[in-house]
Amino acid sequence: MAAVIAPAGEPSAPRFSLGLPERPALLGRRAWIALAVLVVAVGAGAPLCALVLPESHPLHLSAYGMTLAGKLMCYAIAALALDLVWGYCGILSLGHGLFFALGGYAMGMYLMRGIGRDGNYQSDLPDFMVFLNWKELPWFWHGTEHFAYALLLVVLVPAAVAWVFGYFAFRSRVKGVYLSIITQAMTFAAMLLFYRNETGFGGNNGFTDFKRILGFGITQPETRTALFLATFAALVLAFLLARAVTTSKLGRVATGIRDAESRLMFLGYSPLGYKLFVWTLSAVLCGVAGALYVPQVGIINPSEMAPVNSIEMAIWVAVGGRGTLIGPIVGAFAVNGAKSVFTTHFAEYWLFFLGAIFVLVPLCLPRGIAGLFQRGRAM
Amino acid sequence: MRTRALEWLLGGLLCWHAGAAALTAQDIQPLAGDDYAAKEEAVGRLVADADPRAAVLLQALADGDAAAGEAGRIIVGSRDGSVDAVTGEPVGEREAAAAEPIMLNNRLRGLVERGLAAARLSAPDPVMRRAAADALLANPDARFQPLVERARAREADAEIKSRLDALWAMAALRDPDPEVRLAAVGLVAARRQPELRDLLRPLAEPAAAGGQGEPDPRVRAAARAGIASLDRLQWWGDLAATLFSGLSLGSVLLLAALGLAITYGLIGVINMAHGEFLMLGAYATYVVQQAVQRHAPALFDWYPLLSVPASFAVAALAGLALERLVLRHLYGRPLETLLTTFGVSLLMIQAVRMTFGAQNVQVSNPDWMTGGIALLPNLVLPYNRLIILAFSLAVVALAWAVLNRTRLGLFVRAVTQNRDMAACVGVRTGKVDSYAFAFGAGIAGLGGCALAQIGNVGPDLGQGYIIDSFMAVVLGGVGQLAGTIVGALGLGMASKLIEPFWGAVLAKIAVLVLIVLFIQKRPQGMFALKGRSAEA
Repeated sequence: MAAVIAPAGEPSAPRFSLGLPERPALLGRRAWIALAVLVVAVGAGAPLCALVLPESHPLHLSAYGMTLAGKLMCYAIAALALDLVWGYCGILSLGHGLFFALGGYAMGMYLMRGIGRDGNYQSDLPDFMVFLNWKELPWFWHGTEHFAYALLLVVLVPAAVAWVFGYFAFRSRVKGVYLSIITQAMTFAAMLLFYRNETGFGGNNGFTDFKRILGFGITQPETRTALFLATFAALVLAFLLARAVTTSKLGRVATGIRDAESRLMFLGYSPLGYKLFVWTLSAVLCGVAGALYVPQVGIINPSEMAPVNSIEMAIWVAVGGRGTLIGPIVGAFAVNGAKSVFTTHFAEYWLFFLGAIFVLVPLCLPRGIAGLFQRGRAM
Repeated sequence: MRTRALEWLLGGLLCWHAGAAALTAQDIQPLAGDDYAAKEEAVGRLVADADPRAAVLLQALADGDAAAGEAGRIIVGSRDGSVDAVTGEPVGEREAAAAEPIMLNNRLRGLVERGLAAARLSAPDPVMRRAAADALLANPDARFQPLVERARAREADAEIKSRLDALWAMAALRDPDPEVRLAAVGLVAARRQPELRDLLRPLAEPAAAGGQGEPDPRVRAAARAGIASLDRLQWWGDLAATLFSGLSLGSVLLLAALGLAITYGLIGVINMAHGEFLMLGAYATYVVQQAVQRHAPALFDWYPLLSVPASFAVAALAGLALERLVLRHLYGRPLETLLTTFGVSLLMIQAVRMTFGAQNVQVSNPDWMTGGIALLPNLVLPYNRLIILAFSLAVVALAWAVLNRTRLGLFVRAVTQNRDMAACVGVRTGKVDSYAFAFGAGIAGLGGCALAQIGNVGPDLGQGYIIDSFMAVVLGGVGQLAGTIVGALGLGMASKLIEPFWGAVLAKIAVLVLIVLFIQKRPQGMFALKGRSAEA
């Protein structure tokens, strides 16, 4: 028994303690400083490099570079979201690409409506609907011309899908490898569904040719910079939120579920609610990442839901080190940075490289890049 | 050969119709001209004519031996010299040499061929008669009605008789006599070919003002009954065809799922590279095919016998290497093992793509696997699918025998049930893992060998199977051979039964949703493993 009952007469001493460690701070002092420096550097540096410096300047941030960096940050948010469920709840989802794409599609609907009559067919309806000879908007498109409603959809649609799926999966205690494959089947089924023209989301081609967001031209350097900064802000906030959740009591129960679910159940906890909360939160974060991804990349189509994309997310987390939050962010940057380099220089070998990462990281680097820096600390 | 054919043709024609109108020079005069409508009329008279000379001329037209001589008389060339088509008198060398060959267009050629077939309806050889009847059935023509009628009266062979009946009935449907029409409707319906419905349709409608339709109510009723019975036939045929394609898909899934069930049951991890073992097996089949074609073309028909062990061996070796080199070091970390096997599948796909190219390679069926059994016009069972069905059952038998009748199988089952306990009583679990993994991979290789016979062989071949075969394993219950069989066949059936209503994509989604719901009800699958091997 670790409980210690302090003798009476010493009011300053703790009266009762289970011997549990204190709740860790959200971030350490040094981490706060580092974060502040980073926020200032990016917040001021990005607009400066992209808008103020002339194009000839060596530090000028080109549109390509900015889009690439913005894309990587979106991936980093997705990796962070996946780390929440995999690293802290022991649920390896191979279907997070679905939530990412759902958020992207919700934002894409708003952007499609924003095209207005500037499309190829000069119609109020999105081009693909004219092409399919549809006369009016399907019911689920109503209201998507409002930005606020689109933002609501970005959050609610992945949340609803994740909650329903999670409720059924966790209630019947599907877990481990079994759950992973079912999540993959889920995103695969959704991909098949979205490939159909009749589903009402542009079929094969998805959404593209966006013109403006909130009235600003989507290819304007200023708009791009704003989107970049919004993505950065989202990444920082997502990191802090994830940190808050994982250091909370709820997060520690979730970690307990990861390590010994049966034991936790014998202690009287019902894992369903905890798992469902973390799972749904993770899906929402992923949806937000997708919503920020679409206006920057300029296209969303069903191939984002391909099982391979979701599996790649898992490898970002594995490379960075799962259960560390900061690791997956690093992993997303590292793997996707390597992907950009490979696909431009030696495209043939990219799959070899990716396959090798998949095989070698779990074998040689089980705790990922983050593991290199936390010598001796147990997971 | 042709001379003999002519001989029986002549003989046959002569003996069954001595009183036919003789062929006249006027009848066939237009053949020498350029007017194809007139030519067709002339050929039409020829084919309806029972005169042996007409048959000779038809044969000559078909062979290109007919020519137009002086003053438009038609000459038939043969080995013994040229003769006049009407009289049979010899024609002089000079005239024969100067004669213009008679040209036929495709339409006329078809008519001539059918005319010859109609004449062959009275050949002494039943095989020939049947072929002739089939040729005419494929392309019915009312002009042969007199010939068909005569042949029908003489025919003794029941099978040929039924064909002749149908042939006669098709033309007799338009006969002015209602009794004849009634008989014809009955015969057409008895032919049991759903596409003949269209012939009966006009007879089911009451006569309208336009003159179309059937005046006699008895004929109308018979026609309606005939259409209904043909509809039923079509429905059964379609249903049987759907069931068969479901069974066929199920047998392919079974080949893919069987190995997965063994390895999943054993190490508790889905091998995401399992589909790539299928692909390796298919490529091994391709390599064997190429080698046989190059070095022993005479044995080409039997290359599958060689490719079966080859595909097993290649996939099993790859599986052994995967287990020894990679998976062994990841035991106890199932989620990472899953990712690792996915990486392996990427490596294998890319390696194959760089070795054999990204395009599909051609694996052809040997002769004895092409074709099929036509049970009904809309129900054809292709040989290659039947053989694969039998093959997958054989593989199941093999797997069952290995798992239940060998020492290795005993160990595999022991380790699947309780690894620690098996190790405690002296089972060398590491060795069992290796061999069982290789065996499972080898079975996937066999599946690939079978797949190569019915589909495209490309680097992505295996990608589509991993989810489906996992679903089959889950549906059936992990670690149960019977469960996998029922799961795979059930999955194949379910997809094919839903497909006609909702289309392939929605059918797939529906099946996935159904399985997820099914797992709610029975997380252990249909066949739960008995014992205390509950989750850890």
